[in-house]
Amino acid sequence: MADYVLIESRDPFEYSDTGYFYEVAADLSKAGNNVTFFLVQNGVLTARKGISNRAVDKLQKAAPGVKVLADEFSLRERAIIGGKLASGVTSSDVDELVDLLAVSSVKAIWH
Amino acid sequence: MTTSGEKSITIALMDPPYESGTTTTALRIMDTALRKGISVNVFAYEGAVNLTMRGQAPHPNPVKGTSIEEQDHPSTAKFIAGLFTLGADSPKLEWVNCGLCVDERGAGEWIDGPRRGGPGDLFKFSQESTNTLIIGTR
Amino acid sequence: MPGILSIVERAYHGTIEEQDDTILWLSHMVKNAGADLSILLRSNAVNYAVKGQDASGLSIGGVALSVPPTLDTDVVALSTAGVTVYVVEEDLSDRGIGNDELCDGITKVKRSGLAKLFDDHDAVWHW
Repeated sequence: MADYVLIESRDPFEYSDTGYFYEVAADLSKAGNNVTFFLVQNGVLTARKGISNRAVDKLQKAAPGVKVLADEFSLRERAIIGGKLASGVTSSDVDELVDLLAVSSVKAIWH
Repeated sequence: MTTSGEKSITIALMDPPYESGTTTTALRIMDTALRKGISVNVFAYEGAVNLTMRGQAPHPNPVKGTSIEEQDHPSTAKFIAGLFTLGADSPKLEWVNCGLCVDERGAGEWIDGPRRGGPGDLFKFSQESTNTLIIGTR
Repeated sequence: MPGILSIVERAYHGTIEEQDDTILWLSHMVKNAGADLSILLRSNAVNYAVKGQDASGLSIGGVALSVPPTLDTDVVALSTAGVTVYVVEEDLSDRGIGNDELCDGITKVKRSGLAKLFDDHDAVWHW
């Protein structure tokens, strides 16, 4: 079992292949790994309540153990604030991300 | 380079300045790590070698009618110069610009701090760091 | 017939470092130069028309971003300057953006209406 931090900076509208990263996150979790899925930049567009492709919702149904975080600055930058944050997504920040990265056993992957 | 027991993060970066949110996020990560006492090693590859170009200059904004002073445009070089101040000793910021990438872009006029290197530096950084984050481009 | 339809679709790429979106900025400059110009926000750029965007508070290496981008007010400024700003309705709903979130002065257009919008302009600048 390993600890993973998957950082998703892309969104499913501009990039058609973001689904692969969500699927890998789910598969890693289902295989028994600890997975944190960190949304940043346009990656946070999936954290807006009411998004049509429901990427985060599908990820959490497939692998409830995946912890989904979203960068507070990126959310605020796009006015995804207050009640607009999708359920299951926790607002986080770069401070927490650095804490996650500064562990030698963690596998950190940016997409 | 950090000594045993100190934490460090290596970041590989490819995007040029002013074209991507990725460079801003990477700079935020570097800033936060240094403030936490974590050393940072950067391997700037391809367009990212332009991040440290000395000649970046602020400009006014004629749409908003703002002057250079009012617009207060901080260049990536200015941000990174500040990071070098934060990472002057311990924690330490090391920044390697890919030499061949610099040559093909004619991008050799840097602020103080970065040094010329190659992929071998990235490997060495990764071997000596607590963790490595590869930030690609698209 | 309106002159130029300027289409913006990439969004939030370099906007912090630039302090704005370069195509919104360029479009405003072209308008100021005398062009008869409309803007179409599509894909992720529809988010530029959402009220309440806040990119304040960044500081890197002790250097503060004292003038952050204000993309929503930049869109409103274009509208105030006489530029018709269109947004693609389905691109809003795909992203979960409701009508109540939009800035004033925005004109919604359906995807099925884009061909006519293109046809109604002399030139289409698809950035």
